[in-house]
Amino acid sequence: MRPAIHIVSAAFALAMLALTPPATAAEKIDPVADAKAFQKFFTDKFPKLKPEDFVTGPYSMNEDLHRQWVEKEQFPPYEFSLEMGKEMFSTPFKNGKSYEDCFPNKGIGIRQNYPYFDDKEGKVITLELALNRCREANGEPPLSYVKDEMAALTAYMAYTSRGKPFDIKIPNDPRALEAYQQGKEYFYTRRGQFNFSCATCHVQSPGERIRAEVLAPGLGILNAMPIYRSEWSGMGTTSRRFTTCNSQIRGVPLNPQDDEYRNLEYYLSYVSNGLPISGPGARP
Amino acid sequence: MASTIRVRATSSGDTTEVQALIQHPMDSGFVKDAKGEIIPAHFIQQLTFEYDGKPVFVADWGGGVSKDPYVKFAFKGGKKGDDLKVSWVDNKGATDTTTAKIV
Amino acid sequence: MNPMENGLSRRLLLQGAGLVALVGLGNIPFGFAPALAAANDKYPEEAFKQKGEADAIKLLYGKTAEASDKVKLDAPEIAENGSVVPVAVSTTLADVTSIAFLVSDNPNALVASYKIPAGTVPGIANRIKMAKTSNVIVVVEAGGKLYSATKEVKVTVGGCGG
Repeated sequence: MRPAIHIVSAAFALAMLALTPPATAAEKIDPVADAKAFQKFFTDKFPKLKPEDFVTGPYSMNEDLHRQWVEKEQFPPYEFSLEMGKEMFSTPFKNGKSYEDCFPNKGIGIRQNYPYFDDKEGKVITLELALNRCREANGEPPLSYVKDEMAALTAYMAYTSRGKPFDIKIPNDPRALEAYQQGKEYFYTRRGQFNFSCATCHVQSPGERIRAEVLAPGLGILNAMPIYRSEWSGMGTTSRRFTTCNSQIRGVPLNPQDDEYRNLEYYLSYVSNGLPISGPGARP
Repeated sequence: MASTIRVRATSSGDTTEVQALIQHPMDSGFVKDAKGEIIPAHFIQQLTFEYDGKPVFVADWGGGVSKDPYVKFAFKGGKKGDDLKVSWVDNKGATDTTTAKIV
Repeated sequence: MNPMENGLSRRLLLQGAGLVALVGLGNIPFGFAPALAAANDKYPEEAFKQKGEADAIKLLYGKTAEASDKVKLDAPEIAENGSVVPVAVSTTLADVTSIAFLVSDNPNALVASYKIPAGTVPGIANRIKMAKTSNVIVVVEAGGKLYSATKEVKVTVGGCGG
């Protein structure tokens, strides 16, 4: 597989270079054009799929997998995690306040707006980060970004947004544009012993196998977060997936919610704008 | 504590379709933990569905049934509003039971 | 498993013949008492302990099964993950009294056995573990005879910790 990937990747890298030259502060960063090109790439590659089909990851890429998924979705294994998330969300903090006091619309049906760029702080804020800040602001200890509780909480919030289109905003602020661009560059940069970028799998090879697993397309990949993976026998956060993906390509994972991961989430979510939230998603 | 049993019983014509999802580790006794020690067997052995005081479905399970087990079946009979009683017992002698309404 | 641990009166032991039932009838949960008296409601502990499917089927039913195209087994080609493999069965056979699922290459072949009282549709969907690529076998007891269907399911990520 590797020689083929190197040849294809060289051609691809050249193509990407032509489409999106590395941006300096003086050059124009164009998220709108990027998103259009990104979506077109995938809809051209899979003409039989509707845009919303991409949010089911590998299941829209393989019929045998799809059938197993449909069967399990009738009464999904993540039902219990979802219930736990709802209970956590509805339980007040020790000071009497609750999550609904930290979020617009009491935290219901808002997941599709995350991440967003905070102009006071000058950084990208993800949902997981916002949840822990809410806890700390109310005297509660933060949750681990890679364990069950944060996964359950974000699962519930995603569930209340199911079907709503991703609606990530990039304000006309050079810092926001720079954060977006850094996320994009992270996505296309090779790393780890395998020398894979995120794009190597999720743009070059969607629907193909890496060892025994079928690769999900990059388009719509975060719409299903958090995900209940059969491999984990449990629900896992976006942070968990980013860190484990880094480990899987034999790279050193960053810390959950490091700037690079937040910017990556910002970029990947933005280019899937318009596609429906499908979380919490079941995955292999 | 909330029941471990989630049931959906739907009446359609003269048949009631039942789906159940149960929160249970269903440890087979063959898996080792991070320290290399066997996680002891811990699984539901018998799951019973009763309608009108009689069993309509009995599942005998081993450790080869998936975690958070699921089962779907259907029986003739049952009307909207009737009760369906679901109970299980596991290899440690623990039990749980719930009564669901057929919708 | 120390029977003394949880108090004899609350303990329901589902062991085969040869073990003393340490249960006061009045304390059995969910009204099982009359059912326990009937032999075929006992949990088939020995069958679940068998390695091979032939031995498990023999212990469960006391007979062998013949392949039948009237038994329809629905299982994937390649399991997404061996820990949760959705498999289902349906059959046009009449007078079905029992259905069992086995996986040849699991440490213990018998996975599940179901009792089908009269009036219950002989169709079941469940989710099973598979240790590795193996035959999945469904056995249907109908009119006192045994019928089966088999399908090989490929497994890449095993469901038993492998």
